[in-house]
Amino acid sequence: MSVELDVFVGNTTIMDKEVYQLWLNGYTVNDAVKVRIEGGVMEECEASAEVLLSDTMDQYRTFQMCERLLHHPAKLANQLLFQIPPDRQAMLIERYYAFDDSFVREVLGKKLSKGTKKDLDDVSTKTGITLKSCRRQFDNFKRVFKVVEELKGPLVENIRQHFLLPDQLARDYAAIVFFANNRFETGKKKLQYLTFQDFAFCAGQLINNWTLGAVDNMMEDMDVDLDKEFLQDLKDLKILITDKDLLDQHKSRVNNETSHPLSLVCNALRGKTNVFNEMEANFKNLSRGLVNIAAKLINAKDVRDFFIDLVEKFIEPCRSDKWTSIDMNLYLTHYTNSAHILDTFKHHAVWTRYMGVIKSCILRMYHD
Amino acid sequence: MPGRLKAKIVAGRHLPVMDRASDLTDAFVEVKFGNTTFKTDVYPKSLNPQWNSEWFKFEVDDEDLQDEPLQITVLDHDTYSANDAIGKVYIDIDPLLCSEAATVISGWLPIYDTIHGIRGEINVLVKVDLFNDLNRFRQSSCGVKFFCTTSIPRCYRAIMVHGFVEELVVNEDPEYQWIDRIRTPRASNEARQRLIFLMSGELQRKIGLKVLEMGGNAVVGYLQCFDLEGESGLVVRAIGTACTLEKMSTFPATATHPNNSSPSKDMKEPGFGEEAPGVPLSSGPPTPLRAQTFSSFSPSKSYSRQSSSSDTELSLTPKTVGIFLCPSTPALESESSPLPSAHLPLHLRPRMASRSTTPPPLHVSQSDSAMLRKSVSFSEELLLAVSGMGSGGSAGKEAGPLKALLKQQTQSALEQREYPFFTLTIFPPGFLLHVGGVVSARSVKLLDRIHNPDEPETRDAWWEEIRQEIKSHAKALGCHAVVGYSESTSICEEVCILSASGTAAILSSRFMQDGPLDTEHRLSQQPLCVFSAGSERVEGDMGSSASLGFEEVVSPGCGFCHIPYDELNIPFPAQLTYCYCCRRYKVPDVLFTTIDLPTEANVTGKGCLIQARLCRTKKKAQGEGNAMAISNLLPFLEYELHTQLMNKLKLRGMNALFGLRIQISVGETMLLGLASATGVYLTALPSPGGIQIAGKTPSDITYEQHISNMQKKINDTITKNKEQYEINPPEVVEEIIGSPIPEPRQRSRLFRSHSESSDEVSEIDLSHGKKDAFVLEIDDTDAVEDIHALLTDSPTPAGFYSCNTEIMPGIQNWTSAIQMFTSVRVFRLNANLTNQGLNKIFSDLCENLLKSLYFKLRSMVPCCLCHLNFTVAIPEDELIQVAVTAVAMSFDKEQTLENGKRSGEKTLIKAITENDEQLQFNLELNAETSSPNPLGSPKGLSEVGSHPSARAPSVDYSSFADRCSSWIEQLKLKAHTIRRGSVKTTSSMEKASPLPEGRSRSLRSNRSYSGSSVAVVKMTPLSFIPGAKIIKYLGIINMFFIRETSSLREEGGVSGFLHTFIAEVFAMVRAHVAALGGNAVVSYSMKECVFMENPNKNQAQCLINVSGDAVIFVRESELELTSVQPQSATTQTSNGGEGT
Repeated sequence: MSVELDVFVGNTTIMDKEVYQLWLNGYTVNDAVKVRIEGGVMEECEASAEVLLSDTMDQYRTFQMCERLLHHPAKLANQLLFQIPPDRQAMLIERYYAFDDSFVREVLGKKLSKGTKKDLDDVSTKTGITLKSCRRQFDNFKRVFKVVEELKGPLVENIRQHFLLPDQLARDYAAIVFFANNRFETGKKKLQYLTFQDFAFCAGQLINNWTLGAVDNMMEDMDVDLDKEFLQDLKDLKILITDKDLLDQHKSRVNNETSHPLSLVCNALRGKTNVFNEMEANFKNLSRGLVNIAAKLINAKDVRDFFIDLVEKFIEPCRSDKWTSIDMNLYLTHYTNSAHILDTFKHHAVWTRYMGVIKSCILRMYHD
Repeated sequence: MPGRLKAKIVAGRHLPVMDRASDLTDAFVEVKFGNTTFKTDVYPKSLNPQWNSEWFKFEVDDEDLQDEPLQITVLDHDTYSANDAIGKVYIDIDPLLCSEAATVISGWLPIYDTIHGIRGEINVLVKVDLFNDLNRFRQSSCGVKFFCTTSIPRCYRAIMVHGFVEELVVNEDPEYQWIDRIRTPRASNEARQRLIFLMSGELQRKIGLKVLEMGGNAVVGYLQCFDLEGESGLVVRAIGTACTLEKMSTFPATATHPNNSSPSKDMKEPGFGEEAPGVPLSSGPPTPLRAQTFSSFSPSKSYSRQSSSSDTELSLTPKTVGIFLCPSTPALESESSPLPSAHLPLHLRPRMASRSTTPPPLHVSQSDSAMLRKSVSFSEELLLAVSGMGSGGSAGKEAGPLKALLKQQTQSALEQREYPFFTLTIFPPGFLLHVGGVVSARSVKLLDRIHNPDEPETRDAWWEEIRQEIKSHAKALGCHAVVGYSESTSICEEVCILSASGTAAILSSRFMQDGPLDTEHRLSQQPLCVFSAGSERVEGDMGSSASLGFEEVVSPGCGFCHIPYDELNIPFPAQLTYCYCCRRYKVPDVLFTTIDLPTEANVTGKGCLIQARLCRTKKKAQGEGNAMAISNLLPFLEYELHTQLMNKLKLRGMNALFGLRIQISVGETMLLGLASATGVYLTALPSPGGIQIAGKTPSDITYEQHISNMQKKINDTITKNKEQYEINPPEVVEEIIGSPIPEPRQRSRLFRSHSESSDEVSEIDLSHGKKDAFVLEIDDTDAVEDIHALLTDSPTPAGFYSCNTEIMPGIQNWTSAIQMFTSVRVFRLNANLTNQGLNKIFSDLCENLLKSLYFKLRSMVPCCLCHLNFTVAIPEDELIQVAVTAVAMSFDKEQTLENGKRSGEKTLIKAITENDEQLQFNLELNAETSSPNPLGSPKGLSEVGSHPSARAPSVDYSSFADRCSSWIEQLKLKAHTIRRGSVKTTSSMEKASPLPEGRSRSLRSNRSYSGSSVAVVKMTPLSFIPGAKIIKYLGIINMFFIRETSSLREEGGVSGFLHTFIAEVFAMVRAHVAALGGNAVVSYSMKECVFMENPNKNQAQCLINVSGDAVIFVRESELELTSVQPQSATTQTSNGGEGT
């Protein structure tokens, strides 16, 4: 005695948000039923476990049938098979493309290849996210990557249009695509303290300022790759550390600026004399670090180490000197600005473009 | 060349990848109509081809236009090998042939393949230029409108209702042809789909011809069915009601025509003799109605013989009169005798007050042919009671000689009298005068191969018999018509059960007039109300029954309940009392009908779905033996179903069933019976007694205790149910009112034991009458089971109501949130189950299915599941399949209470005016009876009592009213807080429901325009859309699909397979409706869902047939041009309901 077949089809497709989430989370039908029972839906609706099981299976089946449409969200709107109200469509898409921060941290910057996919069970064990859910998230990344890789125009906009995602989610995906494309290293121990949102912010900065698209929206090969010309130009910044004169000048400018009596903001810094002193002592190292990063970015391999370099060459020394983020902000502001006043320094545009991003990235990354 | 069909292929989208190498497709399209085929160019390497073809023009006969579908095939071009088919689209162009329906088909239609399902969409444009055909001998019937709706369609007015039309066509089933062995499953499926399309087209055309012949212009309540008879062929049959409809202008024309209504009024009063123009039996000189109503059945039958033969000359499947003369035609009396032992004559059935003839005793008579026929169930006395019936059967056979004569003066009105049947279930007010009860007939047949598809007379003759029987049953109930009529079959191997059922009724003549009298027949009750009291004192004898109708004018809410049959000659034992509304006419104690609840009916409280479920095992057998076994089982099955229905009805404290549908399904080793109906408490009928259990001899104390426990449980359930359904009938004691049949209020007894058998029961049941100890023992265990079954029916959860009719009494204020759904379950049984075990499983299956539905639809609460239509089948041994299609409609609770109260008040006022004389008695009574009688008649709010100004000092009233009003207060408060300032909605009752709908919809539609390109198409099995007005009917949707797979597991198993298929069918229906320009399907039904699987071979196949009416609706609020204000709260609620 068994139910051989059990289906329910509504003219308007019925989808329970709660069950959808369980499905997305990769729960098996039985686990989902357990969760639902614990959630108390049974008492609310005078239902039995049997009813719940039947409903859950049915919903799961519906989601599975919808899944192939969700892979191309634009199709969801003009397909005929399911009649789903637009607000519900948006919900389905948004939740399908939502991801766990802990998961994305594991794969961020990795090549979205079969190899990585094979390692997902390790990720699953580590994060406690079901393998099924890991796979969905991974496949989403890969799918978005593949679609926008070849597209021209602004990355975020492309993602939003092709996948009908809300703005924030589209930005996150842009970050993921950008990281995957440039293969930024994010997994090192020293970077573990950074959240996905930190990286996403940095990615946004890089995309907006360092890519070709940042200069010209309609340029081919747009937002995914860094502007080669710019990277080339960055080499010229080396003069700031190779030229002894310039280095000294720069240092004194920064010191003057920060110690300028009229500069109100500096008062705070000046109060903390030891920070100030250490900064003075470290100036050469810090400056060398930042300029070296810039100079090396032309090599793809060094691009990958961009974040680790930032942490090692700049953030860690500052942290060991116990700078506050306000200190950091001040220092970077003056460091950037004073370079412009240097007599022999000619690369103002490149310098601004470089330091703008570096400054906001470092500020974002400078936390515990 | 009376028609030019034009088709243009615009584009395709979402096509499947047909070329693995390029991941693309080189698609082109073949457009075929009849034998002409056109092709588009190949659009290379695209999944979204833009053909933008020229107009392909087909010049064809309109006959072909009606029969043939336009067939569009999408293919993938292959240079080196044969082109691969991607899929097909069949377009029924019938809607384009009617000037009032659609004018163009344009839109995205799913490309369907029977193996792969939907594979992309194609955008097409189809038009028809129709030239006028003046040929009198034409064989087409273009322009006749078809409606699945079983009421007069919303934007039409019935000028005349002509009556019953039927037709059937047969063919060989391609699946069983020899060629099927060598062709692919796809080819075979497509051949079948195409054939059925052709056959339905042909069928529709032929029915159209009959309608034209009768002088009508439309078929309402069109019901088309397929009988997949396997080896012996494929039958497509249809029935409907021919009408002359007129489109209503926006403003209803003058409602009543004084010239018309007043003479008729005058005529009615004096007596029946002058009612003649009323029911026209001929279109010639008006003949006296009374004289003809009953006696004329037989002659009219012969006319119709002629009619059917006359149309044979036109139609493709000629029938000859000779067939009707063959000895197998039922002769009523003669056949009731051969096997008296198998008889369960009518009057022996238990309290079948209204449903007297439902289980016709079947007996097998091996007459000339190999098939089995069932005799008519009436015993002689009954036949005698019905005057003129005796000759009825044979009179029809003399039709031949008359033929020539009659052909010349073909009278449409006469023809339709062959079967005074109406497939309608809802009637214009005033049309339905009296309801006698359910009549039904079943017959078991052995299928044999249809040798000549052009002569389907065996099948015709089978139905002929059944219809005759129905007619005679109706006559026995003193009725001249059968309404809510339907036919069905159940086939297993070579055995076929044919069933027909309907409700015997007396109809008003006004819609059946023909000729000059029909100018304006807008019915309104006002003018008729003039002649009220006193006009109808005559009552009781047959003769008056039709004119009784006019008393309904006195009290429209109860008239239909008044018995149409002769009180002294009741065809079955029933307890008659005086009507509780008007106190003038007799009513039965319970009323069973197959129709919808008349809108004007006075109902106390709410209704609910009542189901009787039954399984009976049967030995495996072959051929005649099998048929014999089945026909022997049938009466018992029906008897038990009836008992169950009756008990469940009483358990809910109700006294009438509407929309009764009894389905009997036959399998190899069992028979399934499922009876569904909507129970209500008709104010006019007496309050039902309780249920009393009687034990055996009171020897065993524990046993007695057990019994009394049971009794208590039952009583509790009744009380609870009455509360839930708000059944608080007025407490009246009939003695005072002075029933001439002073039947003491009898409890219906579950007859359980020898000692307790009441005389009533023994009278009823012959087999029980000869009771002996053995029978008793079995009965006893059965009884316990039955009681358990009775009590295990779980109550509907809070916030839910359910019914299988169009609307639920007591709920008016629907919101726009509707959700149509189909649910299918297949259950595998273990071998060797007992009847009880089977019963329980079957009952649980249905209960669980209902529970699942309630759970699924919980977000729509408060809501009502309307038109819950269960279909059971036994697809193979040990499998039970249950399919349900229904619509969930949410309503506004707050207004329910108030509206309910309002309507209660309304009826009350009526009741009061009518009951003036008795009022004092009421007062006394209430005072007297309020306290005693603990188990007895229901307490609580009497109708009189519920009126604020009621004089009756009912004890319960005040508290109830208080509670009631405080609810309202609370709800109002809530509503105010939720809606923030939408005081208008809560304060003005009339506007209340449309307003929020309008808002929500306009918001939604705005969004849908921006968000998606797919138009929303609503689907509902009902004939209306709440809060909206149907402004145009675009034509009938009648689609048949086959889906097959040989990779069942890969498609998600049987559930995945069927889920996808049903979703695809919905999608195709919606797409075709949208292409016709519609935004909804009403009267949608899934008439066939045949599912077969072979898990071992990883295969499954399913056939689905759906139908409905494509319509355009507009929101009432939009019509009124109500300003649309954004109102977040209401929108959210309605969206929530819609979306989930």
